[in-house]
Amino acid sequence: MSKHNVSTVDPKKASRRKFLKGMAAGAAAAALPVKALAQGSSGFMTYGSWEEYFQKNFQEMTPEEVKATLKRLEEKYTKQYGKKVTVKATPPMENVLFGYALDLSRCIGCRRCVYACVKENNQSRRDPQIHYIHVLRFENGEMEFEKSERYYNPEKVPEEGHYYMPVQCQHCRKAPCVKACPVRATWTEDDGIVVVDYNWCIGCRYCMAACPYEGRAFNWLDPKLPPEELNPDTHYLGNRPRMRGVVEKCTFCIQRTREGRYPACVEACPVGARKFGNLLDPESEIRYILENHRVFRLKEDLLTEPKFYYFFG
Amino acid sequence: MNTLMEFLVGTFILAFRGGKKYYAWMGSLILIALVGLGAWVYQLKTGLGITGMRDPVSWGLYIANFTFLVGVAAAAVLLVIPAYIYKWGPIKEIVLLGELLAVAAISMCLMFVTFDLGHPERFWHLIPGLGILNFPISMLSWDVVVLNVYLAVNLIVPVYILYNAYQGREPNYKVLWPLIIFSIPAAVSIHTVTAFLYNGFPSRPFWNASILAPRFIASAFCSGPSFIILAFQLIRKHTQIKIQDRAIFKLAEIIAYAMGINLFLLIAEVFKEYYSATVHLAPMKYLFQGLEGHNELVPFIWTAIAFNTIAFFLFLTPKTRENFFTLNLGCVLMFIGVWIEKGPGLILPGFVPTPLGEMWSYAPTVPEVLITLGIWAIGLIIYTLLLKVAIPIEVGEFRQIKDRLHGIVGQNQ
Repeated sequence: MSKHNVSTVDPKKASRRKFLKGMAAGAAAAALPVKALAQGSSGFMTYGSWEEYFQKNFQEMTPEEVKATLKRLEEKYTKQYGKKVTVKATPPMENVLFGYALDLSRCIGCRRCVYACVKENNQSRRDPQIHYIHVLRFENGEMEFEKSERYYNPEKVPEEGHYYMPVQCQHCRKAPCVKACPVRATWTEDDGIVVVDYNWCIGCRYCMAACPYEGRAFNWLDPKLPPEELNPDTHYLGNRPRMRGVVEKCTFCIQRTREGRYPACVEACPVGARKFGNLLDPESEIRYILENHRVFRLKEDLLTEPKFYYFFG
Repeated sequence: MNTLMEFLVGTFILAFRGGKKYYAWMGSLILIALVGLGAWVYQLKTGLGITGMRDPVSWGLYIANFTFLVGVAAAAVLLVIPAYIYKWGPIKEIVLLGELLAVAAISMCLMFVTFDLGHPERFWHLIPGLGILNFPISMLSWDVVVLNVYLAVNLIVPVYILYNAYQGREPNYKVLWPLIIFSIPAAVSIHTVTAFLYNGFPSRPFWNASILAPRFIASAFCSGPSFIILAFQLIRKHTQIKIQDRAIFKLAEIIAYAMGINLFLLIAEVFKEYYSATVHLAPMKYLFQGLEGHNELVPFIWTAIAFNTIAFFLFLTPKTRENFFTLNLGCVLMFIGVWIEKGPGLILPGFVPTPLGEMWSYAPTVPEVLITLGIWAIGLIIYTLLLKVAIPIEVGEFRQIKDRLHGIVGQNQ
């Protein structure tokens, strides 16, 4: 299958496979619980050290604690993946509020953004492959989500009579997910990026229930990331390797954008449908779009006030 | 040996003594519990991916059972009100049996939510001071608070009553009454807050209906008392606790009214969605009719409606309500009916179709079902053990022997 026309692992098939596997393994585990736990090196106790288990919420760490944490994680990942991994915690820039705009008349539904995102952000590659971007296909004249199709699979895109709408985290100003989290493991940074502290998330998935845009994904199993595919340039709140049992999401490629680069999806788009910039800078392209195009946001009636805009350029 | 040690040793002995039926009952429960715990170990080792849950439907059987059992726990204590109003003899016993059921049900609730976590070992992140509890912003933090407070109250009251009874003393009602009174609004609050947990999300139109909390309370008054009617009959048959028929029939009558309200609220909900026929209708269609070929919930919800309606009429009619065969049949039908309606029937249509319109069918896996059965077994073990100790104390069979230094208790057991 070419990578252009594969959206995601078919969850139904994946679940059936797991079901059968689960039956066999469930019986085995029931018989040998003690042995199973003892062998659990890849189990839920994947902490490298007590320091990691008792690590504070990122927002409450002192600069020294942040430094020590980053160093510890770098060593852990470097050892785990057999190649040099850096973990940074670049802070927000002054007077920056990130915003995104997507030109629906340009998007051709090729899903290059989806795969550029997976590659950049170190998502699990299989069982299942985790996507931050869902590209929805609509028939012309429709914009009702229930009539959209995300598993479209034609020979060639774009298809006659259809248009495409990629949806990812909308980085809401009034984010329902941030409100929902019982332990403040997810929050909005000063530059407007909604982030997750993977080491603080308890995996209750309440944020996923709260999100109106399916902007969040959960690591149901150990993420499968082959070392050769690991992007070693990582951010603590972004694309560092995740563990099983935590929620993750689009961070506007925090590891890139806080250093003045574009998100991977913006760079990957072959038709220039994706625009990104500083909403506080009157000279920015995003501000030009807001001022010169009639833009809209998804589910405006929920008043989540996304910083992700759609327009027909 | 001091009084407390004697008491603890005595309860320990009581728990291990019993007839053949008792051993068979406990033995089979322990077996189911062990299988469930084994499956849980497998889940801990592998991840929640062994369940049927995935991103589109990110809560399943565990949270469904959690929701249902919060109702059982709430209703168990709300029994205090009718028991007091209708003067069902010694109210203390009814409070006691109800609160012990609440303890068992809340323990199960806490197990279900813990087993549903991706990182249960990070539970300390929820403890204020040690971790960060996002209170009062997150509704889940409210639920953590009210459930734990409720569990504490329902442990303190019975233990206090029983420990006093064990020493042959009346409890100090100046201390006890405020706690019992407090437990009533607390019972309402756990179920209200649990409803608000789902209620507060505009992203999920099926839950985002203000009728949800009242419906939760109404259906809790059906499922909880149904279980209690069955439990009361077993208790009075096997122990010396006396529970009057009058009390049992009154409970059945209360269930009838509660189910009447529940069915009325259901009709109100169905009317609103079907008549206005907006995009919000989709989850309800998925539940009652099936949507785009996904009709896995349809047989379940119609079974629930049939069971609830039949039970409603059985409890409404004095003749069938006061006949133990039809009464017990009604209890079983209602318990199953409310479980479907407030368990999977509430959780799954919240997710399907997803906010971006995906249709996705959830079905629990075998390990997930084994874990669920295991938690139910542990809950029943807890309730059985609590009753095993509480009842002999209440009827005066298990008492402190004051004139013997090492007097071990319960010799007449």
